[in-house]
Order: sequence, then structure tokens, then C-alpha cells
Amino acid sequence: MRITQGCFSFLPDLTDEQISKQVQYCLANGWAVNIEFTDDPHPRNNFWEMWGLPMFDLRDAAGVLMELTECRKVYGDRYIRLSAFDSSHGWESVRLSFIVNRPKEEPGFRLERHEVEGRNIRYTTKSYAVDRPEGQRYGGS
Amino acid sequence: MNEHASITIRGKDRYKSGVMEYKKMGYWEPDYVPKDTDIIALFRVTPQDGVDPIEASAAVAGESSTATWTVVWTDRLTAAEKYRAKCFRVDPVPNSPGQYFAYIAYDLDLFENGSIANLSASIIGNVFGFKPLKALRLEDMRLPVAYVKTFQGPATGIVVERERMDKFGRPLLGATVKPKLGLSGRNYGRVVYEALKGGLDFTKDDENINSQPFMHWRERFLYCMEAVNKAQAAAGEIKGTYLNVTAGTMEDMYERAEFAKQLGSVIIMIDLVIGYTAIQSMAKWARKNDMILHLHRAGHSTYTRQRNHGVSFRVIAKWMRLAGVDHIHAGTVVGKLEGDPATTRGYYDICREDYNPMRLEHGVFFEQNWASLNKMMPVASGGIHAGQMHQLLDHLGEDVILQFGGGTIGHPMGIQAGATANRVALEAMILARNEGRDYLHEGEEILAKAAMTCTPLKAALETWKNVTFNYESTDMPDYAPTASVSL
Repeated sequence: MRITQGCFSFLPDLTDEQISKQVQYCLANGWAVNIEFTDDPHPRNNFWEMWGLPMFDLRDAAGVLMELTECRKVYGDRYIRLSAFDSSHGWESVRLSFIVNRPKEEPGFRLERHEVEGRNIRYTTKSYAVDRPEGQRYGGS
Repeated sequence: MNEHASITIRGKDRYKSGVMEYKKMGYWEPDYVPKDTDIIALFRVTPQDGVDPIEASAAVAGESSTATWTVVWTDRLTAAEKYRAKCFRVDPVPNSPGQYFAYIAYDLDLFENGSIANLSASIIGNVFGFKPLKALRLEDMRLPVAYVKTFQGPATGIVVERERMDKFGRPLLGATVKPKLGLSGRNYGRVVYEALKGGLDFTKDDENINSQPFMHWRERFLYCMEAVNKAQAAAGEIKGTYLNVTAGTMEDMYERAEFAKQLGSVIIMIDLVIGYTAIQSMAKWARKNDMILHLHRAGHSTYTRQRNHGVSFRVIAKWMRLAGVDHIHAGTVVGKLEGDPATTRGYYDICREDYNPMRLEHGVFFEQNWASLNKMMPVASGGIHAGQMHQLLDHLGEDVILQFGGGTIGHPMGIQAGATANRVALEAMILARNEGRDYLHEGEEILAKAAMTCTPLKAALETWKNVTFNYESTDMPDYAPTASVSL
């Protein structure tokens, strides 16, 4: 399967040149770009690990791309995404978020159904990958 | 018309028994300067032949506040001058003989805190049937911050909705299940599953899907939530379906909403026809239960569409933002339903901005400060398809839900393919826009290129390539962007 979180998951994987243009768009809007990674891509896992702090005061997308290259060297077998934060009043949240790195194999999720009273069902989404210990979930580094 | 001085009769003579013209009773005060805390309403007044426009406008002020048809001595037991609404300005409507814009100020004490029912009972109450008028339309309102702050506002708001749904940087995608009536719960859930798995964020009940012989509401809710959860696991991203809880009584609506919550739905839906008080109650419920609240504006065209009589949709949008819904259908510009680009832009600004400047060219007559009230997500639904993606993005922007019902379910390769076509078209357009391309003019090229690696998009573009709805709008702004007409 292919996890379709983020803004561009239905397009072919973005090249570094395409990523760079998106980052430049964020910086031009005054947003701080953050690199985040995880091996637990559950749709409700909001808090991916941060690769450093959001890059405030950056002017040039090249800085983000350099950090992304470093992050890929360490966590290239995991999901990596870029998130852009807008601090302006009335928003104060993420403005753009998209995946820039995926594991080679994406095993996806199973849906567990817990049948309760009446015809009600309690649903739980479980990632196949998290059955394995952290760090060994996608071929492990 | 504003050269007139006040002709209000004051003192003892004002209260002599009998009938007196409204403009002499204190409802026409051309020198009045509205207070920051006043509510101001702008009406389009069409007096009967031979009726003085000032008198007609003063009558509107009177009949929407304290007046009755004759002088009453009991006025003297009150601070009557404070409670009288004051028409302070009357302008002829450009290019519309016989119509006048009347500006009327209302003291805040005329209204109960946090009640659209109370506000509307005055402003659009008896006055709309007043015989000396041929027609009357409420065009716009200025709501003072002091009043705005007495309302809850949208239960969730655009920002928190995006955080909860984990969707940033692009419009959300939805579809209304079709056919809107007649599917069994199981078949209905099938459509939901296919559309969500194919790439949509939301599916939606239609306004008239409640609990009918062919599908009881519980069946719909159960099958829909199976579909949502299954699609969510298949895609690895958050999905939702608007479960319409509209019913005959509040008790029934609460029961349905509770069941939706128990099943884990992120969103419920109501129709405008349930009434302002019911909407405010459901907004409170939604805030309390972490639920996004979608509003379908069913019925609004009966009073919003004709230019000379009724209530403009921009007023309804303002009331709904106060009332506290999260989503509101606000027009597509390019789709099958009424809405010219400038007027629609005005509605969208009212939904999404924290501050609206006066923009006559968009039909926005007053500046409006929303005082950090949550933002409301506009929904574009009705006769739109993937081939219009560049135009939709240009007209409607990023914080909008694009709902392709026929444009998803009518896809020749099936519902999943229809959903995928829409999602790919959208992502390709956002990518291009962010890259700084002139996406509006290069739109067809951008879509064609995306279709090279996406067969469903190719088929969608082929199927609907020449579908447009070009009819003249019945409701447009009265002022052109370059207007030299001054107010």
C-alpha cells in the first residue's frame, strides 16, 4: 500500500528539485519548515519525531534540503515529512505538510473489529509495522 | 437624500393620540452617528408607488424596532428614544429605479445576547410584510464586537478541523452520495467506502437523507462508519462522513448525534431548515463533544436569490458564523447553482477572515470585525468536476471543501477512480501553484500532464471536458469594481 497522508501523496514521489520549490514557497510566506520522521505512521500519530527544531529565520530552501539529506542518511528507511508552521495570529498552526521519504515496503494497516452490544463495532486501526520493536520496523537501521 | 434635516417632532406633541408619519416619530434621524456598539442593517427598500422613500425607510426602522401603526402613550414610560431604530441614511440604488438602500442603526439593548432567533425576529420579523413596501431585502449587517462576543461561534473552526483531520495545504475533497434517495444502508456504505478509499477526505449525506422507509438512520450510520474505518485503514489517513442528524424534534437529533459520537464519527451534519435555535443547540452540542458540524443551506434560495426581496446569503453566512457551524455551503461560481464570482467572494470572506473591510464590489457593505471568532469552512458543491480544478482554486482558494458528487460517482471507471482523479488533479494544481506557475492559464496543461500518469484523471477530463453552467446570475453586486458611484 501507499500511505496517502500529506499534501502530495497521490502524485509520484517528489524529486529534490520539486521539494526545494515547495520549501521556497513556505519560506516566502514566512513559515518555518520542520523535518519530522517516524516508523509509526498511524493516521492519528500526530507527533512524529523532530529532526532538530523548525528552521526559523531561514531564507534559502537549500538549508532545508541539506538537513533533509542528513536526516535521510540516518532515517532513510522511515517516513520523513516536511511541515511548515505559520505563527500569524488566527492560524498559529501547520500550513503545509507533505511526505518526502518512505520505507521501501509499506505494509499498511489492519482494521480490528471488536463486536459489542447490538450491532455496534469498535474499530481499531493497527499498523503491521509496529508489531516489531521501534527501530526495526522497516528493515531496521 | 441626506441633505434632509431631522423632522422629528419632539416633546409633548410627539405623543398626541393618532397616526403620525414614521419619519416624524424619530425613526428618521439623518444626523445620527451610529455608535460602535450599534447593530447596523442595510435594507434594499422598494416603496409602493407614491410612497416617499424616506418615509418607507423610516417605517422599516420603526416596524423592526419599537413602532406600531399609531402613537401610543406607553412609549413615555420607557427610554423610547434609545430603543427606536434610527434610519440615518437613504441612497438610491445605482441603476435600479424605485429602489433605495436604507441604513438603520439599532441600539444593542434591543437584542438578547447570543440569540439569532431574537435578532432575526426584529430585523426580519413583521417588517417584511409591511403594506407600503412592494419589496424589502436585508442586504448586509454590521455586527458590533460587543455583540459578536456573546456567541460561541464555530464549534471547531478551520484551523482545528485541519489539525484533527491532519490535512494541510490544500482544499479538502468530498462527495455527496448519489442517488440521494433510495439506497439501502448497505449499498449506501458501499459508495462511501469506494469514494473514501479512492482518495476523498469526506463523503456526505444529502440534505433530505434523514430516516426514510428505504433506509433507517441507524442502518446508515452503522454501514457508513464501517466504510469510513475500512477506508481509513486502507489509506492510512483520516477520513470522515457527514452523518445528517436532521430530524423532526431536538430529542431525535440529539439521539442521532449521540449515536454518531458513540460510533466514532468525526463529523455530523444538519440542515438550515431546522431553524436558528436548533442550529445553535447543535453547535453547543458539537463543541461539547469534539464534533465538526456541517450545515447544508437547504431552503435558503427561497429568500436569498431574488435581488429585490428577502435576505441576502451574506447575512445568513454571518448569522451562521455566530450560531456556530463549522461548514457552510457557500457556492462554487463555476458549478450548477446560483452565484456570480464577486458575490461569492464576499460570502467566502465572511466565512474565513477575521476582519472584513467594506468591499462594495463584492457586495460587502460594512467592515466587520470577527474578534477571533473561529473561522467557518465554506463548501463548494453542485455541478463541479476535476477539469475545473484550476478555476476552483483561483475563485475559492485553499480553505474550502470541494465536493464532487456526480464528478466522483459518475466516473466511467467507477467511484474509486472518480475520487482518485479529483485528488490527483487537486494535488497537481496545488503543487504547480506553490511552484509559482500561472496555474489559472496553464491549468489545462497541468491537468493533462498529471493525467499522463493517472488513467482515472485522463478519463475524467475526457468525460466532462466541455461541461459548464453559464447562465446569468440573478444576484450580483450593485457596484462595479471601478465604480465612481459614491455612497
